[in-house]
Amino acid sequence: MQQFLQFITQNQEIFYTVILMIFVGIEIIEKVPSVLHTPLMSGANAIHGVVIIGAIIVMGKAEQDNYLAIALGFIAVLLGTLNVVGGFVVTDRMLEMFKKKK
Amino acid sequence: MSQHILTICYLIGSITFIIGLKMLSNPASARKGNLIAAAGMSIAILGTIFLFTYDENGTVHHLGNYIWIFAALLIGSIIGTLSAKKVQMTAMPEMVSLFNGMGGACAALISIVEFNHLSKSLGASPTTEMIHHAQPTTLIIVLGLIIGSVSFAGSMIAWGKLNGKVKDFSFTGQNILNIIVLASALATAVYLIFNPQQHSLLYVILGLSVFYGVFFVMPIGGADMPVVISLLNSFTGVAAACGGFLYDNKVMLTGGILVGAAGTLLTILMCKAMNRSLKNVLIGSFGANAKSTSAAGIQGDHKEISLSDAAMVMSYANKVLIVPGYGLAVAQAQHTCHELEKILTDKGVEVKYAIHPVAGRMPGHMNVLLAEADVSYDILLEMEQANDEFATTDVVLILGANDVVNPAAKSDPASPIYGMPILDVQLAKTVIVNKRSMKPGYAGIENELFFKPKTSMLFGDAKKVLQDLCAEIKNA
Repeated sequence: MQQFLQFITQNQEIFYTVILMIFVGIEIIEKVPSVLHTPLMSGANAIHGVVIIGAIIVMGKAEQDNYLAIALGFIAVLLGTLNVVGGFVVTDRMLEMFKKKK
Repeated sequence: MSQHILTICYLIGSITFIIGLKMLSNPASARKGNLIAAAGMSIAILGTIFLFTYDENGTVHHLGNYIWIFAALLIGSIIGTLSAKKVQMTAMPEMVSLFNGMGGACAALISIVEFNHLSKSLGASPTTEMIHHAQPTTLIIVLGLIIGSVSFAGSMIAWGKLNGKVKDFSFTGQNILNIIVLASALATAVYLIFNPQQHSLLYVILGLSVFYGVFFVMPIGGADMPVVISLLNSFTGVAAACGGFLYDNKVMLTGGILVGAAGTLLTILMCKAMNRSLKNVLIGSFGANAKSTSAAGIQGDHKEISLSDAAMVMSYANKVLIVPGYGLAVAQAQHTCHELEKILTDKGVEVKYAIHPVAGRMPGHMNVLLAEADVSYDILLEMEQANDEFATTDVVLILGANDVVNPAAKSDPASPIYGMPILDVQLAKTVIVNKRSMKPGYAGIENELFFKPKTSMLFGDAKKVLQDLCAEIKNA
Protein backbone atom coordinates (compact mmCIF):
# COMPACT_ATOMS: atom_id res chain seq x y z
CA MET A 1 0.00 0.00 0.00
CA GLN A 2 2.77 2.35 1.07
CA GLN A 3 4.54 1.60 -2.17
CA PHE A 4 1.45 2.19 -4.25
CA LEU A 5 0.82 5.59 -2.69
CA GLN A 6 4.43 6.48 -3.16
CA PHE A 7 4.15 5.52 -6.82
CA ILE A 8 1.23 7.91 -7.28
CA THR A 9 3.03 10.76 -5.56
CA GLN A 10 6.17 10.20 -7.59
CA ASN A 11 4.25 10.17 -10.85
CA GLN A 12 1.56 12.69 -10.02
CA GLU A 13 2.54 14.85 -12.96
CA ILE A 14 1.76 11.98 -15.31
CA PHE A 15 -1.59 11.32 -13.67
CA TYR A 16 -2.54 14.97 -14.03
CA THR A 17 -1.53 14.92 -17.68
CA VAL A 18 -3.57 11.79 -18.32
CA ILE A 19 -6.71 13.16 -16.67
CA LEU A 20 -6.50 16.54 -18.40
CA MET A 21 -5.84 14.91 -21.78
CA ILE A 22 -8.90 12.68 -21.39
CA PHE A 23 -11.04 15.78 -20.99
CA VAL A 24 -9.33 17.58 -23.87
CA GLY A 25 -9.86 14.56 -26.13
CA ILE A 26 -13.55 14.34 -25.29
CA GLU A 27 -14.09 18.09 -25.55
CA ILE A 28 -12.49 18.31 -29.00
CA ILE A 29 -14.49 15.50 -30.53
CA GLU A 30 -17.86 16.39 -29.12
CA LYS A 31 -18.91 18.87 -31.80
CA VAL A 32 -17.75 16.91 -34.81
CA PRO A 33 -20.37 16.66 -37.57
CA SER A 34 -20.95 13.05 -38.57
CA VAL A 35 -19.67 13.75 -42.11
CA LEU A 36 -16.18 14.08 -40.66
CA HIS A 37 -16.21 10.91 -38.56
CA THR A 38 -14.21 8.82 -41.01
CA PRO A 39 -11.45 11.40 -41.66
CA LEU A 40 -11.33 12.14 -37.94
CA MET A 41 -10.87 8.47 -37.06
CA SER A 42 -8.16 8.27 -39.66
CA GLY A 43 -6.44 11.40 -38.37
CA ALA A 44 -6.54 10.12 -34.79
CA ASN A 45 -5.13 6.85 -36.10
CA ALA A 46 -2.16 8.72 -37.55
CA ILE A 47 -1.61 10.62 -34.30
CA HIS A 48 -1.31 7.50 -32.15
CA GLY A 49 1.51 6.58 -34.51
CA VAL A 50 3.53 8.74 -32.11
CA VAL A 51 4.34 5.35 -30.57
CA ILE A 52 7.11 5.33 -33.21
CA ILE A 53 9.13 7.57 -30.89
CA GLY A 54 9.31 4.69 -28.42
CA ALA A 55 10.42 2.41 -31.25
CA ILE A 56 13.18 4.85 -32.25
CA ILE A 57 14.40 4.99 -28.65
CA VAL A 58 14.45 1.18 -28.45
CA MET A 59 16.31 0.94 -31.73
CA GLY A 60 18.80 3.66 -30.85
CA LYS A 61 19.59 2.15 -27.46
CA ALA A 62 20.13 -1.40 -28.73
CA GLU A 63 23.70 -2.65 -28.37
CA GLN A 64 25.48 -3.52 -31.60
CA ASP A 65 25.62 -7.22 -30.72
CA ASN A 66 22.04 -7.56 -29.46
CA TYR A 67 20.61 -8.85 -32.72
CA LEU A 68 17.20 -9.62 -31.26
CA ALA A 69 16.73 -6.05 -30.02
CA ILE A 70 17.99 -4.64 -33.32
CA ALA A 71 15.69 -6.88 -35.37
CA LEU A 72 12.62 -6.19 -33.23
CA GLY A 73 13.44 -2.50 -33.06
CA PHE A 74 13.83 -2.32 -36.82
CA ILE A 75 10.44 -3.94 -37.36
CA ALA A 76 8.89 -1.66 -34.72
CA VAL A 77 10.24 1.51 -36.40
CA LEU A 78 9.08 0.22 -39.78
CA LEU A 79 5.55 -0.54 -38.56
CA GLY A 80 5.38 2.75 -36.67
CA THR A 81 6.38 4.65 -39.82
CA LEU A 82 3.66 2.87 -41.78
CA ASN A 83 1.16 3.96 -39.13
CA VAL A 84 2.30 7.59 -39.16
CA VAL A 85 2.96 8.18 -42.85
CA GLY A 86 0.14 6.00 -44.15
CA GLY A 87 -2.27 7.49 -41.64
CA PHE A 88 -1.58 11.10 -42.51
CA VAL A 89 -1.54 10.47 -46.27
CA VAL A 90 -4.85 8.58 -46.21
CA THR A 91 -6.45 11.31 -44.12
CA ASP A 92 -5.16 13.97 -46.49
CA ARG A 93 -6.56 12.07 -49.45
CA MET A 94 -9.98 11.87 -47.84
CA LEU A 95 -9.98 15.56 -46.92
CA GLU A 96 -8.74 16.66 -50.32
CA MET A 97 -12.17 15.68 -51.58
CA PHE A 98 -14.03 17.88 -49.17
CA LYS A 99 -13.08 21.01 -51.06
CA LYS A 100 -16.12 23.12 -51.77
CA LYS A 101 -17.03 23.03 -55.42
CA LYS A 102 -18.56 26.04 -57.02
CA MET B 1 21.19 22.22 -24.24
CA SER B 2 20.02 19.67 -26.78
CA GLN B 3 17.80 18.18 -24.10
CA HIS B 4 15.92 21.45 -23.70
CA ILE B 5 15.43 21.77 -27.43
CA LEU B 6 14.00 18.25 -27.44
CA THR B 7 11.57 19.24 -24.69
CA ILE B 8 10.40 22.11 -26.88
CA CYS B 9 10.06 19.76 -29.87
CA TYR B 10 7.82 17.51 -27.78
CA LEU B 11 5.82 20.48 -26.54
CA ILE B 12 5.25 21.59 -30.12
CA GLY B 13 4.24 18.02 -30.99
CA SER B 14 1.65 17.83 -28.21
CA ILE B 15 0.17 21.21 -29.09
CA THR B 16 -0.10 20.41 -32.80
CA PHE B 17 -1.89 17.13 -31.99
CA ILE B 18 -4.52 18.97 -29.98
CA ILE B 19 -4.91 21.78 -32.51
CA GLY B 20 -4.85 19.29 -35.38
CA LEU B 21 -7.64 17.16 -33.92
CA LYS B 22 -9.64 20.28 -33.14
CA MET B 23 -9.31 21.52 -36.73
CA LEU B 24 -10.19 18.08 -38.04
CA SER B 25 -13.62 18.51 -36.52
CA ASN B 26 -14.54 21.35 -38.88
CA PRO B 27 -14.91 20.75 -42.64
CA ALA B 28 -13.32 24.08 -43.54
CA SER B 29 -10.13 23.57 -41.54
CA ALA B 30 -9.87 19.78 -41.49
CA ARG B 31 -7.20 19.39 -44.15
CA LYS B 32 -4.99 22.04 -42.60
CA GLY B 33 -5.44 20.40 -39.20
CA ASN B 34 -4.18 17.11 -40.55
CA LEU B 35 -1.11 18.78 -42.04
CA ILE B 36 -0.40 20.63 -38.79
CA ALA B 37 -0.51 17.39 -36.80
CA ALA B 38 1.75 15.75 -39.41
CA ALA B 39 4.24 18.62 -39.12
CA GLY B 40 4.25 18.35 -35.34
CA MET B 41 4.80 14.61 -35.62
CA SER B 42 7.80 15.13 -37.92
CA ILE B 43 9.34 17.62 -35.48
CA ALA B 44 8.89 15.19 -32.59
CA ILE B 45 10.36 12.28 -34.58
CA LEU B 46 13.37 14.20 -35.90
CA GLY B 47 13.96 15.70 -32.45
CA THR B 48 14.04 12.23 -30.93
CA ILE B 49 16.49 10.89 -33.49
CA PHE B 50 19.03 13.70 -33.17
CA LEU B 51 18.55 15.11 -29.67
CA PHE B 52 17.48 12.23 -27.45
CA THR B 53 20.04 11.36 -24.79
CA TYR B 54 20.00 8.75 -22.08
CA ASP B 55 22.05 8.01 -19.04
CA GLU B 56 23.86 4.69 -18.69
CA ASN B 57 26.40 3.97 -15.95
CA GLY B 58 26.90 7.67 -15.39
CA THR B 59 27.73 8.61 -18.99
CA VAL B 60 25.34 10.37 -21.32
CA HIS B 61 24.74 8.63 -24.64
CA HIS B 62 23.14 9.70 -27.89
CA LEU B 63 21.07 7.21 -29.81
CA GLY B 64 22.95 4.88 -32.13
CA ASN B 65 22.08 2.56 -35.01
CA TYR B 66 21.26 5.52 -37.27
CA ILE B 67 21.56 3.43 -40.40
CA TRP B 68 18.93 1.00 -39.19
CA ILE B 69 16.63 3.77 -38.00
CA PHE B 70 16.79 5.66 -41.27
CA ALA B 71 16.44 2.49 -43.33
CA ALA B 72 13.26 1.59 -41.43
CA LEU B 73 11.92 5.14 -41.71
CA LEU B 74 12.62 5.27 -45.43
CA ILE B 75 11.12 1.87 -46.25
CA GLY B 76 8.09 2.58 -44.04
CA SER B 77 7.51 5.98 -45.63
CA ILE B 78 7.69 4.63 -49.15
CA ILE B 79 5.37 1.69 -48.51
CA GLY B 80 3.01 3.82 -46.43
CA THR B 81 2.75 6.61 -48.99
CA LEU B 82 2.31 4.29 -51.95
CA SER B 83 -0.35 2.13 -50.34
CA ALA B 84 -2.21 5.16 -49.00
CA LYS B 85 -2.14 6.86 -52.42
CA LYS B 86 -3.20 3.80 -54.34
CA VAL B 87 -6.05 2.57 -52.15
CA GLN B 88 -9.56 2.80 -53.57
CA MET B 89 -11.88 5.22 -51.79
CA THR B 90 -14.24 2.35 -50.97
CA ALA B 91 -11.40 0.51 -49.24
CA MET B 92 -10.50 3.39 -46.90
CA PRO B 93 -11.86 1.75 -43.73
CA GLU B 94 -9.71 -1.34 -44.37
CA MET B 95 -6.67 0.84 -44.80
CA VAL B 96 -7.29 2.67 -41.53
CA SER B 97 -7.67 -0.69 -39.79
CA LEU B 98 -4.42 -1.97 -41.30
CA PHE B 99 -2.42 1.11 -40.25
CA ASN B 100 -3.97 0.92 -36.80
CA GLY B 101 -2.79 -2.67 -36.49
CA MET B 102 0.75 -1.58 -37.39
CA GLY B 103 0.70 0.92 -34.52
CA GLY B 104 -0.52 -1.76 -32.12
CA ALA B 105 2.20 -4.17 -33.22
CA CYS B 106 4.79 -1.42 -32.80
CA ALA B 107 3.68 -0.86 -29.19
CA ALA B 108 3.78 -4.60 -28.47
CA LEU B 109 7.31 -4.92 -29.90
CA ILE B 110 8.54 -2.03 -27.76
CA SER B 111 7.20 -3.84 -24.70
CA ILE B 112 8.97 -7.08 -25.65
CA VAL B 113 12.35 -5.40 -26.13
CA GLU B 114 12.02 -3.30 -22.99
CA PHE B 115 11.06 -6.34 -20.95
CA ASN B 116 14.07 -8.29 -22.17
CA HIS B 117 16.18 -5.32 -21.21
CA LEU B 118 14.60 -5.17 -17.78
CA SER B 119 14.89 -8.89 -17.04
CA LYS B 120 18.54 -8.80 -18.10
CA SER B 121 19.24 -6.04 -15.59
CA LEU B 122 17.40 -7.99 -12.89
CA GLY B 123 19.45 -11.14 -13.45
CA ALA B 124 18.42 -14.70 -12.66
CA SER B 125 17.69 -14.25 -8.95
CA PRO B 126 16.73 -10.69 -8.15
CA THR B 127 16.30 -9.55 -4.56
CA THR B 128 12.86 -8.66 -3.27
CA GLU B 129 13.84 -5.04 -3.22
CA MET B 130 14.85 -5.11 -6.88
CA ILE B 131 11.55 -6.74 -7.80
CA HIS B 132 9.62 -4.14 -5.85
CA HIS B 133 11.52 -1.43 -7.58
CA ALA B 134 10.81 -2.89 -11.02
CA GLN B 135 7.11 -3.51 -10.45
CA PRO B 136 5.68 -0.25 -11.85
CA THR B 137 7.82 -0.59 -14.97
CA THR B 138 6.79 -4.21 -15.45
CA LEU B 139 3.15 -3.24 -15.06
CA ILE B 140 3.41 -0.61 -17.79
CA ILE B 141 5.36 -2.91 -20.10
CA VAL B 142 2.84 -5.72 -19.71
CA LEU B 143 -0.13 -3.35 -20.20
CA GLY B 144 1.44 -2.01 -23.38
CA LEU B 145 1.99 -5.55 -24.61
CA ILE B 146 -1.56 -6.73 -23.92
CA ILE B 147 -3.30 -3.67 -25.35
CA GLY B 148 -0.95 -3.40 -28.32
CA SER B 149 -1.24 -7.03 -29.35
CA VAL B 150 -5.03 -7.16 -28.90
CA SER B 151 -5.23 -4.07 -31.08
CA PHE B 152 -2.91 -5.59 -33.67
CA ALA B 153 -4.67 -8.96 -33.88
CA GLY B 154 -8.13 -7.39 -33.82
CA SER B 155 -7.25 -4.87 -36.53
CA MET B 156 -5.89 -7.57 -38.79
CA ILE B 157 -9.11 -9.55 -38.46
CA ALA B 158 -11.18 -6.40 -39.02
CA TRP B 159 -9.09 -5.66 -42.12
CA GLY B 160 -9.61 -9.21 -43.39
CA LYS B 161 -13.34 -9.00 -42.76
CA LEU B 162 -13.78 -5.72 -44.59
CA ASN B 163 -12.01 -6.93 -47.70
CA GLY B 164 -13.85 -10.22 -47.53
CA LYS B 165 -10.92 -12.50 -46.79
CA VAL B 166 -12.14 -13.47 -43.31
CA LYS B 167 -15.66 -14.75 -42.81
CA ASP B 168 -17.78 -14.35 -39.68
CA PHE B 169 -17.06 -17.16 -37.32
CA SER B 170 -18.69 -17.88 -33.99
CA PHE B 171 -19.56 -20.86 -31.84
CA THR B 172 -21.53 -21.40 -28.68
CA GLY B 173 -19.67 -20.40 -25.58
CA GLN B 174 -17.34 -18.15 -27.52
CA ASN B 175 -17.98 -15.21 -25.22
CA ILE B 176 -17.15 -17.35 -22.20
CA LEU B 177 -13.98 -18.61 -23.88
CA ASN B 178 -13.00 -15.02 -24.70
CA ILE B 179 -13.46 -13.97 -21.10
CA ILE B 180 -11.41 -16.94 -19.89
CA VAL B 181 -8.60 -16.12 -22.33
CA LEU B 182 -8.54 -12.46 -21.32
CA ALA B 183 -8.67 -13.38 -17.63
CA SER B 184 -5.76 -15.82 -18.00
CA ALA B 185 -3.74 -13.18 -19.84
CA LEU B 186 -4.36 -10.73 -17.00
CA ALA B 187 -3.67 -13.35 -14.31
CA THR B 188 -0.39 -14.30 -15.99
CA ALA B 189 0.45 -10.60 -16.17
CA VAL B 190 -0.14 -10.15 -12.44
CA TYR B 191 2.00 -13.22 -11.69
CA LEU B 192 4.77 -11.87 -13.90
CA ILE B 193 4.73 -8.51 -12.13
CA PHE B 194 5.46 -10.26 -8.85
CA ASN B 195 7.89 -12.77 -10.40
CA PRO B 196 9.68 -10.87 -13.17
CA GLN B 197 12.46 -13.48 -13.32
CA GLN B 198 10.01 -15.86 -15.08
CA HIS B 199 10.59 -13.89 -18.25
CA SER B 200 9.31 -16.48 -20.73
CA LEU B 201 5.82 -15.88 -19.35
CA LEU B 202 5.83 -12.66 -21.36
CA TYR B 203 5.39 -14.74 -24.52
CA VAL B 204 2.49 -16.61 -22.91
CA ILE B 205 0.83 -13.24 -22.32
CA LEU B 206 1.58 -12.24 -25.91
CA GLY B 207 0.04 -15.46 -27.23
CA LEU B 208 -3.09 -15.15 -25.10
CA SER B 209 -3.55 -11.49 -26.09
CA VAL B 210 -3.26 -12.21 -29.79
CA PHE B 211 -5.70 -15.10 -29.39
CA TYR B 212 -8.10 -12.81 -27.55
CA GLY B 213 -7.80 -10.11 -30.23
CA VAL B 214 -8.64 -12.61 -32.97
CA PHE B 215 -11.62 -14.20 -31.23
CA PHE B 216 -12.93 -10.90 -29.95
CA VAL B 217 -13.40 -9.52 -33.48
CA MET B 218 -14.24 -12.82 -35.24
CA PRO B 219 -17.96 -13.05 -34.39
CA ILE B 220 -18.74 -9.38 -35.00
CA GLY B 221 -20.55 -8.73 -38.26
CA GLY B 222 -18.91 -6.86 -41.14
CA ALA B 223 -21.25 -3.89 -40.87
CA ASP B 224 -20.21 -3.34 -37.25
CA MET B 225 -16.52 -3.20 -38.16
CA PRO B 226 -16.36 0.63 -38.12
CA VAL B 227 -17.29 0.61 -34.46
CA VAL B 228 -14.71 -2.08 -33.77
CA ILE B 229 -11.98 -0.24 -35.70
CA SER B 230 -12.74 2.96 -33.83
CA LEU B 231 -12.51 1.06 -30.53
CA LEU B 232 -9.22 -0.62 -31.50
CA ASN B 233 -7.98 2.80 -32.60
CA SER B 234 -8.46 4.10 -29.10
CA PHE B 235 -6.78 0.92 -27.73
CA THR B 236 -3.67 1.68 -29.75
CA GLY B 237 -3.79 5.21 -28.38
CA VAL B 238 -3.67 3.82 -24.85
CA ALA B 239 -0.85 1.43 -25.82
CA ALA B 240 1.13 4.42 -27.13
CA ALA B 241 0.45 6.24 -23.86
CA CYS B 242 1.91 3.23 -21.98
CA GLY B 243 5.10 3.83 -23.93
CA GLY B 244 4.94 7.48 -22.88
CA PHE B 245 4.68 6.39 -19.25
CA LEU B 246 7.59 3.99 -19.70
CA TYR B 247 9.98 6.57 -21.15
CA ASP B 248 8.46 9.49 -19.27
CA ASN B 249 7.88 10.91 -22.73
CA LYS B 250 5.24 13.63 -22.74
CA VAL B 251 4.47 13.70 -26.43
CA MET B 252 3.73 9.97 -26.52
CA LEU B 253 1.69 10.27 -23.36
CA THR B 254 -0.43 13.22 -24.51
CA GLY B 255 -0.83 11.95 -28.06
CA GLY B 256 -1.79 8.47 -26.90
CA ILE B 257 -4.26 9.56 -24.24
CA LEU B 258 -5.76 12.16 -26.58
CA VAL B 259 -6.49 9.49 -29.18
CA GLY B 260 -7.60 7.03 -26.50
CA ALA B 261 -10.19 9.48 -25.15
CA ALA B 262 -11.31 10.87 -28.49
CA GLY B 263 -11.47 7.39 -30.02
CA THR B 264 -13.62 6.08 -27.19
CA LEU B 265 -16.06 8.97 -27.54
CA LEU B 266 -16.15 8.53 -31.32
CA THR B 267 -16.94 4.83 -30.82
CA ILE B 268 -19.84 5.74 -28.53
CA LEU B 269 -21.11 8.36 -31.01
CA MET B 270 -21.12 5.75 -33.77
CA CYS B 271 -23.06 3.29 -31.61
CA LYS B 272 -25.54 6.03 -30.73
CA ALA B 273 -26.18 6.76 -34.39
CA MET B 274 -27.19 3.12 -34.77
CA ASN B 275 -29.13 3.19 -31.52
CA ARG B 276 -27.13 0.35 -30.08
CA SER B 277 -25.01 0.09 -27.01
CA LEU B 278 -21.35 -0.78 -27.31
CA LYS B 279 -21.99 -3.92 -25.28
CA ASN B 280 -24.61 -4.97 -27.77
CA VAL B 281 -22.20 -4.54 -30.68
CA LEU B 282 -19.39 -6.43 -28.98
CA ILE B 283 -21.23 -9.27 -27.30
CA GLY B 284 -24.78 -9.58 -28.60
CA SER B 285 -24.69 -10.97 -32.10
CA PHE B 286 -27.35 -9.26 -34.14
CA GLY B 287 -28.31 -12.27 -36.22
CA ALA B 288 -29.38 -14.33 -33.22
CA ASN B 289 -32.35 -12.26 -32.15
CA ALA B 290 -33.26 -11.11 -35.64
CA LYS B 291 -34.58 -14.55 -36.59
CA SER B 292 -37.45 -14.39 -34.16
CA THR B 293 -38.60 -11.01 -35.44
CA SER B 294 -38.40 -11.83 -39.13
CA ALA B 295 -40.52 -14.92 -38.43
CA ALA B 296 -43.34 -12.54 -37.58
CA GLY B 297 -42.63 -11.27 -41.09
CA ILE B 298 -44.47 -8.76 -43.16
CA GLN B 299 -46.74 -10.28 -45.71
CA GLY B 300 -47.47 -8.61 -48.97
CA ASP B 301 -46.36 -8.06 -52.52
CA HIS B 302 -43.77 -5.70 -53.74
CA LYS B 303 -44.11 -3.85 -57.01
CA GLU B 304 -41.38 -3.62 -59.60
CA ILE B 305 -40.74 -0.70 -61.90
CA SER B 306 -39.09 -0.85 -65.30
CA LEU B 307 -35.99 1.17 -66.11
CA SER B 308 -37.76 3.36 -68.62
CA ASP B 309 -40.60 4.10 -66.21
CA ALA B 310 -38.13 4.99 -63.47
CA ALA B 311 -36.25 7.25 -65.90
CA MET B 312 -39.51 8.90 -66.91
CA VAL B 313 -40.68 9.53 -63.34
CA MET B 314 -37.37 11.06 -62.42
CA SER B 315 -36.89 13.29 -65.42
CA TYR B 316 -40.34 14.84 -64.96
CA ALA B 317 -39.95 15.37 -61.22
CA ASN B 318 -39.30 18.78 -59.68
CA LYS B 319 -37.16 17.46 -56.88
CA VAL B 320 -35.30 14.17 -56.50
CA LEU B 321 -33.56 13.06 -53.31
CA ILE B 322 -30.99 10.29 -53.59
CA VAL B 323 -30.42 8.07 -50.54
CA PRO B 324 -27.08 6.29 -50.93
CA GLY B 325 -26.21 3.23 -48.85
CA TYR B 326 -23.92 0.26 -48.49
CA GLY B 327 -24.99 -1.07 -51.92
CA LEU B 328 -23.66 2.06 -53.64
CA ALA B 329 -20.28 1.65 -51.94
CA VAL B 330 -20.05 -2.05 -52.81
CA ALA B 331 -20.94 -1.42 -56.46
CA GLN B 332 -18.49 1.55 -56.56
CA ALA B 333 -21.25 3.47 -58.26
CA GLN B 334 -20.46 6.93 -56.89
CA HIS B 335 -19.23 8.35 -60.22
CA THR B 336 -22.23 7.03 -62.13
CA CYS B 337 -24.45 8.43 -59.42
CA HIS B 338 -22.92 11.87 -59.90
CA GLU B 339 -23.44 11.55 -63.64
CA LEU B 340 -27.13 10.81 -63.12
CA GLU B 341 -27.33 13.83 -60.83
CA LYS B 342 -25.77 16.05 -63.51
CA ILE B 343 -28.08 14.78 -66.25
CA LEU B 344 -31.13 15.38 -64.08
CA THR B 345 -29.90 18.84 -63.05
CA ASP B 346 -29.42 19.75 -66.71
CA LYS B 347 -33.06 18.84 -67.26
CA GLY B 348 -34.05 21.30 -64.55
CA VAL B 349 -34.64 18.76 -61.78
CA GLU B 350 -33.46 19.73 -58.32
CA VAL B 351 -31.26 16.87 -57.06
CA LYS B 352 -29.95 16.45 -53.53
CA TYR B 353 -28.53 13.64 -51.45
CA ALA B 354 -29.90 12.51 -48.09
CA ILE B 355 -27.13 11.04 -45.97
CA HIS B 356 -27.93 8.90 -42.96
CA PRO B 357 -25.15 9.11 -40.37
CA VAL B 358 -24.43 5.38 -40.47
CA ALA B 359 -25.02 4.76 -44.18
CA GLY B 360 -22.17 2.85 -45.77
CA ARG B 361 -19.37 1.22 -43.91
CA MET B 362 -18.42 4.07 -41.63
CA PRO B 363 -20.07 7.25 -40.45
CA GLY B 364 -19.28 9.87 -43.05
CA HIS B 365 -18.26 7.19 -45.54
CA MET B 366 -20.94 8.27 -48.03
CA ASN B 367 -19.72 11.86 -47.90
CA VAL B 368 -16.19 10.79 -48.66
CA LEU B 369 -17.34 8.57 -51.52
CA LEU B 370 -19.56 11.20 -53.10
CA ALA B 371 -16.91 13.85 -52.61
CA GLU B 372 -14.52 11.60 -54.54
CA ALA B 373 -16.99 11.68 -57.42
CA ASP B 374 -16.96 15.52 -57.31
CA VAL B 375 -20.43 15.84 -55.83
CA SER B 376 -20.73 19.33 -54.36
CA TYR B 377 -20.66 19.51 -50.59
CA ASP B 378 -23.68 21.85 -50.60
CA ILE B 379 -26.19 19.31 -51.85
CA LEU B 380 -25.35 16.63 -49.29
CA LEU B 381 -28.06 16.85 -46.66
CA GLU B 382 -27.62 15.48 -43.17
CA MET B 383 -30.47 13.44 -41.75
CA GLU B 384 -32.38 16.26 -40.01
CA GLN B 385 -32.20 18.56 -43.03
CA ALA B 386 -33.25 15.74 -45.34
CA ASN B 387 -36.22 14.80 -43.17
CA ASP B 388 -37.49 18.38 -43.51
CA GLU B 389 -37.32 18.12 -47.29
CA PHE B 390 -38.91 14.73 -47.99
CA ALA B 391 -42.45 16.15 -47.84
CA THR B 392 -41.71 18.42 -50.80
CA THR B 393 -39.88 15.74 -52.76
CA ASP B 394 -41.34 14.01 -55.79
CA VAL B 395 -39.02 11.04 -56.11
CA VAL B 396 -36.73 9.40 -53.60
CA LEU B 397 -34.15 7.10 -55.17
CA ILE B 398 -32.72 4.65 -52.64
CA LEU B 399 -29.45 3.10 -53.74
CA GLY B 400 -28.59 0.02 -51.73
CA ALA B 401 -29.75 1.39 -48.39
CA ASN B 402 -32.14 -0.65 -46.27
CA ASP B 403 -32.14 -0.46 -42.49
CA VAL B 404 -31.64 3.32 -42.46
CA VAL B 405 -35.01 3.77 -44.22
CA ASN B 406 -36.91 1.01 -42.41
CA PRO B 407 -40.07 2.48 -40.84
CA ALA B 408 -40.07 -0.36 -38.28
CA ALA B 409 -37.49 1.66 -36.39
CA LYS B 410 -40.32 4.07 -35.58
CA SER B 411 -43.40 1.89 -35.50
CA ASP B 412 -42.46 -1.57 -34.22
CA PRO B 413 -41.13 -1.71 -30.64
CA ALA B 414 -40.29 -5.40 -31.14
CA SER B 415 -37.90 -4.63 -33.98
CA PRO B 416 -34.18 -4.88 -33.18
CA ILE B 417 -33.63 -1.49 -34.78
CA TYR B 418 -36.52 0.16 -32.91
CA GLY B 419 -35.55 3.67 -31.87
CA MET B 420 -32.84 4.16 -34.48
CA PRO B 421 -33.31 7.52 -36.21
CA ILE B 422 -34.21 6.93 -39.86
CA LEU B 423 -34.75 8.88 -43.05
CA ASP B 424 -38.49 9.49 -43.47
CA VAL B 425 -38.57 8.64 -47.15
CA GLN B 426 -42.26 7.76 -46.96
CA LEU B 427 -43.13 11.44 -46.84
CA ALA B 428 -42.13 11.77 -50.49
CA LYS B 429 -44.60 11.19 -53.34
CA THR B 430 -42.77 8.25 -54.90
CA VAL B 431 -40.05 5.97 -53.62
CA ILE B 432 -37.85 3.96 -55.98
CA VAL B 433 -35.66 1.37 -54.29
CA ASN B 434 -32.63 -0.09 -56.02
CA LYS B 435 -31.43 -3.33 -54.44
CA ARG B 436 -29.85 -6.46 -55.74
CA SER B 437 -32.67 -8.67 -54.43
CA MET B 438 -35.43 -8.77 -51.84
CA LYS B 439 -32.98 -10.15 -49.30
CA PRO B 440 -33.12 -8.34 -45.96
CA GLY B 441 -30.35 -5.91 -45.08
CA TYR B 442 -27.67 -6.20 -42.48
CA ALA B 443 -30.02 -6.29 -39.50
CA GLY B 444 -31.70 -9.32 -41.04
CA ILE B 445 -35.19 -7.90 -40.83
CA GLU B 446 -37.87 -7.32 -43.44
CA ASN B 447 -38.53 -3.77 -44.51
CA GLU B 448 -42.21 -2.93 -44.81
CA LEU B 449 -41.27 0.13 -46.87
CA PHE B 450 -40.73 -2.17 -49.85
CA PHE B 451 -44.35 -3.33 -49.68
CA LYS B 452 -45.92 0.14 -49.47
CA PRO B 453 -48.08 1.22 -52.42
CA LYS B 454 -45.91 4.24 -53.23
CA THR B 455 -42.74 2.16 -53.32
CA SER B 456 -41.45 0.46 -56.44
CA MET B 457 -38.45 -1.82 -56.67
CA LEU B 458 -35.73 -1.54 -59.29
CA PHE B 459 -33.57 -4.65 -58.96
CA GLY B 460 -29.96 -4.89 -60.03
CA ASP B 461 -26.41 -3.87 -59.26
CA ALA B 462 -26.37 -0.16 -58.38
CA LYS B 463 -23.74 0.78 -60.97
CA LYS B 464 -25.42 -1.10 -63.81
CA VAL B 465 -28.83 0.31 -62.97
CA LEU B 466 -27.50 3.87 -62.72
CA GLN B 467 -25.71 3.56 -66.08
CA ASP B 468 -28.90 2.32 -67.70
CA LEU B 469 -30.91 5.10 -66.05
CA CYS B 470 -28.48 7.71 -67.38
CA ALA B 471 -28.78 6.29 -70.88
CA GLU B 472 -32.58 6.19 -70.69
CA ILE B 473 -32.89 9.76 -69.42
CA LYS B 474 -30.48 11.08 -72.08
CA ASN B 475 -32.50 9.43 -74.83
CA ALA B 476 -35.84 10.51 -73.49
